[in-house]
Amino acid sequence: MSDFFTVSVLLATLAAGIRLATPFLLAALGETLGQRSGVLNLGVEGVMLLGAYGAYYATLRTESVLLGIVIGLAVGGAMGIVYGVVTLALKAEQGISGIGIFIFGLGLSDLLFQKQVGTPTPIDGLGDLAIPVLGDLPWVGEVLFHQNVLVYVAFLLVPAMWYLINRTPFGMNVRAVGETPEAADSLGVSVNRTRYITIFVGNALAGLAGASLALELGIFQQNLTNGHGFIAVALVYFGAWRPVGVMAGSMVFGLVSAMVLQWKTLGIVVGTTASIVGMFPAVLTILVLVLVSRRTGSPSALTRPFERGH
Amino acid sequence: MLAAALIGAVMLLILGANPLTGYAALVDGAFGGTKNLANSALKAMPLLLVGAGITVAFRTGVINIGGEGQIIVGAIFSTLLVLAVPDVPRFLLVPLAFLFGALGGAVWGGMAGALKSYAGVNEILSTIMLNIIAVQILNLLLRGPLMDPGEIERGSRIPHTERLSGNADLPILPGGTRLHLGVVVAVLMAVACYVLLFRTTQGLRLRASGHNPFASLYAGMSVKRNVVLAFMYSGAMCGMAGVTLVFGSEGHRLATDGGATTFTGAAGFNGIVAALFGGLHPLWTIPASFLFGALLVGANAMQRAVQVPAALILALNGLVVVFVVGSMQARARLGRTAARLRAEARESPADTEAPDPDAAAEAPP
Amino acid sequence: MAPTTAGDLLLEMEGITKRFPGVVANEAVDFDVRRGEVHTLLGENGAGKSTLMKILYGLYHADEGEVRLSGKPVTINSPSDAIDRGIGMIHQHFMLVPTLTVAENVALGLPPIRRIRQDLGPVRERISELSDAYGLQVDPDAYIWQLAVGERQRVEIMKAIYRDVSLLILDEPTSVLTPAEVDDLFVTLRQMTDGGRGLVFISHKLHEVMALSDRITVLRGGRVTGRTMPSETSREQLAHMMVGREVQLAPTRLESKAAEARLKVKDLNVLGDRGTPAVTDFDLEVRSGEVVGIAGVSGNGQRELAEALAGLRPVVSGEVVMNGVETTDRTPKEIRRLGVSYIPEERMRDGAIGEFSVAENLILTDHDRPPISRRGLLDFKQIEDGCSDLVRRFTVKTPTLDTPTANLSGGNIQKLVIARELSGEPELLIASQPTRGVDIGAAEYIHTVLMDQRAGGTAILLISEDLDEVIGLSDRIAVMFEGRIMGTLDQEEATVQRLGLLMAGVSE
Repeated sequence: MSDFFTVSVLLATLAAGIRLATPFLLAALGETLGQRSGVLNLGVEGVMLLGAYGAYYATLRTESVLLGIVIGLAVGGAMGIVYGVVTLALKAEQGISGIGIFIFGLGLSDLLFQKQVGTPTPIDGLGDLAIPVLGDLPWVGEVLFHQNVLVYVAFLLVPAMWYLINRTPFGMNVRAVGETPEAADSLGVSVNRTRYITIFVGNALAGLAGASLALELGIFQQNLTNGHGFIAVALVYFGAWRPVGVMAGSMVFGLVSAMVLQWKTLGIVVGTTASIVGMFPAVLTILVLVLVSRRTGSPSALTRPFERGH
Repeated sequence: MLAAALIGAVMLLILGANPLTGYAALVDGAFGGTKNLANSALKAMPLLLVGAGITVAFRTGVINIGGEGQIIVGAIFSTLLVLAVPDVPRFLLVPLAFLFGALGGAVWGGMAGALKSYAGVNEILSTIMLNIIAVQILNLLLRGPLMDPGEIERGSRIPHTERLSGNADLPILPGGTRLHLGVVVAVLMAVACYVLLFRTTQGLRLRASGHNPFASLYAGMSVKRNVVLAFMYSGAMCGMAGVTLVFGSEGHRLATDGGATTFTGAAGFNGIVAALFGGLHPLWTIPASFLFGALLVGANAMQRAVQVPAALILALNGLVVVFVVGSMQARARLGRTAARLRAEARESPADTEAPDPDAAAEAPP
Repeated sequence: MAPTTAGDLLLEMEGITKRFPGVVANEAVDFDVRRGEVHTLLGENGAGKSTLMKILYGLYHADEGEVRLSGKPVTINSPSDAIDRGIGMIHQHFMLVPTLTVAENVALGLPPIRRIRQDLGPVRERISELSDAYGLQVDPDAYIWQLAVGERQRVEIMKAIYRDVSLLILDEPTSVLTPAEVDDLFVTLRQMTDGGRGLVFISHKLHEVMALSDRITVLRGGRVTGRTMPSETSREQLAHMMVGREVQLAPTRLESKAAEARLKVKDLNVLGDRGTPAVTDFDLEVRSGEVVGIAGVSGNGQRELAEALAGLRPVVSGEVVMNGVETTDRTPKEIRRLGVSYIPEERMRDGAIGEFSVAENLILTDHDRPPISRRGLLDFKQIEDGCSDLVRRFTVKTPTLDTPTANLSGGNIQKLVIARELSGEPELLIASQPTRGVDIGAAEYIHTVLMDQRAGGTAILLISEDLDEVIGLSDRIAVMFEGRIMGTLDQEEATVQRLGLLMAGVSE
């Protein structure tokens, strides 16, 4: 254990924690936007898997990481359209249809991987991008400013998402639609158009989150995400539907994952103890959910499909 | 279903396979001959147990996505029992194994219920997390204390238990197929779920809680208790599915493939699909499970015939969930609105030109 | 009234027909509104007045007929279309977003002043100007959730004035206001018509209709059954047109002897949903054979009081004694076993389960007792016999006992709840808003049933916002304001005016 408490290892763990927080953060920010407009998407996990596979496959074939990122976003956006039609046009129960999207993503990503790739083939994932000047700072530079491009994107999205929700006319519509859709509708705000946009953006971000995971690990396998998407949904509750809170939660999960990984590399945990450590994120999620269960302020219209005249 | 089949055909085309050949192989693999039919029934068995259990949870207003975890814990409980008392005679050990499996599943499901009732934790998220934890516990046990001593000796260290006591083998049914007692148990338990939900006082309470917790409280019921109970029933059913998957398997041992779904073949998820397809009615879940069991068996045949991975079926199942739910909701809503409007129109007495005998009878003396 | 000329007409709806599967909601309805007038649309639930207005506001599409605004035919496909054409609507339930400010609620749906950064400065200024012009005091920066009911209503009016609507539809706008607030609202509405606007007023409170309207159109069964003016009609005539037969507006009360106390409440304190005091130092006694009415504007602690008495809400302090038994820490089930029945305020939320059959709802509170339940199994023979009997006795109109309850009309669902609650011959009955939202026929029937119970010796606590109902049924009336009793009047001395003052928190 003493190996772990050295400056270089701790700094590396912190840096890895921020990197590993990125998929959580991207997915949870997208989910936050959707939930603020009143739509619960439990299919994040499935969308992440598809985004991850899309990004992995594109990068494997073209060796272009950028194309991988674009494909990840596009796959997510496409799933957003599907989910939008199902929940807004067909008004399906959001909890169950989200599970359907999850099962679909789990099956399809596995199917395509087996058919198109077959054996696990590593790819060159995202390289680090050192920020000039800031990257040279001692300690801080190493932790914060030697990261890959998606890490920067994710963290810059936090203030951007806050601004979008709280300071723009569109954001006001989102909040109104998530809280009292009847009121928004009676004043001519299109409830479903607003929700289509938030679902599209939210799912695109989930796809991007999957891409960031695959490109970070440089690999794809069945059920690569193993609960990342569901944890992201839990983080929205943890963050009380605010981007900054969601960021804090993502960091916690990123750091825990980084610590577990570091322990495994250092040989601090092996064999059966690895299984115990492997439960950490799941146990932590449950604990977090217990802690925030008294949380109020969820959008009142969450999971409620909008129908005129009722 | 038809839409999913069409989408499946398109997907087969895109993947460079002939959909006709593929579907022919699928149908033949699932229904062609006694042997294939029996295999379909065997595959359907855990789906039915999970699915019928899930109808109980759904009708109580909670979504149990924790089938996977509950199957695993049920399997672990029953395996531990059989390892502890391998020499108990078969007529006792088999029921005991089911009992312990049910207990294990009920414990794991009950945790999600308790978290929901007493700590306000969303049950979908908690059950998913409990699934992950159960997989890790299974891996821990199979790589550690429960590992087959033979594997340790040989050094191959495959994560599975020894061949469990023959006294716990599920008896094969007469007829020359591989069908065993588990199939009978599954059908009986589905019927039991029906009786529970629709014929008992307890079931009325569960359904009341599911439809309207406010009115249930008002009528003097404990909604929290009902939620925990529903999860325990549902979990017990999954736990029994775990028993059939261990003691009805060819290896007669608890094993894992090291992946996310271990030995369950994703029955915890596919059971949900069967339950939804069966309209969340325990009895309709019987044919629905058979259909999906057949699909899974047929998919393997298809994989051999046209080299398309059987994961196709899981993807299509996802679509079935999405669209079945969508259309169910739409139909139910339309029906309700029309019926209510009709009732209100009846209420508002029409003019003499359009006499409504009911409305006239309605007026109090 | 000035003779009509075509130029005066703001709105004409001609031959409007709207069909839903199996029912005609509007049949060849003609309706018009002139500039500067209040035209009232009167009718029972299901008479088609909401449907007609939803068509006008773009929420439904008419199957036949024409809508003309200022003489020009128009098609209105959505609320946006309606707003663009100068039509505004104040809905029965507030259409406000509680988590947004007043200014944000007003600005919602208007073209943004700046595309990216929200700028509400000009909106705030305009609200202040209009506040002064119309005497509508509202703080543009207050959040809706901080506002009292009367203030929220002002925000609704503000939204309409801000959009400069020429035609405003008001759907039951007074249901949550005190009599004084209603008077204020009517002053504002008159100010609006003086400016040349046309108003459609939807209400079932006949005295308000008589006070505010210029013209009245009565709908029944989707058709127009009468057109009149307040000067030419009376409340009784209006009721007749609505229902199609003679109606008795006030129930008959026979002499009844109040005997021993069945409910005693002393120093009761209860918290509301937000953890703030809802019922404060409350004292009350109800004796057998007596009806005690609780009047008050909604949201003054009546719901919390009823829930606390029924065991559904924890009691902070104080005493509740029912039939001689202290019940503050009893469960709802134990309280029911003491012979207490409860007709809840929101029947579809608390009183019945929409998806359950009529029979299942009728046994909901007795489902675990013989003869309905034996050894954990339901006895379907008993259930069918018992329920057929109840349905007959209480004239619940339902196709079968297996019909889903949500398919019944509001009045019949309420009768179902009442049938269940009275089936056990209760000694104490708590009835919250027993006739809210039900048609006049059902309301009459329910009043008769309550009076029969009183005659039979049941103690009844009647909580109602309908002053006519409270005065008509109660032996004594207590008025609740901000969780306290402002005063108690005997039936003979209770008038709408005196109760109205108490309801506004003015003690005598």
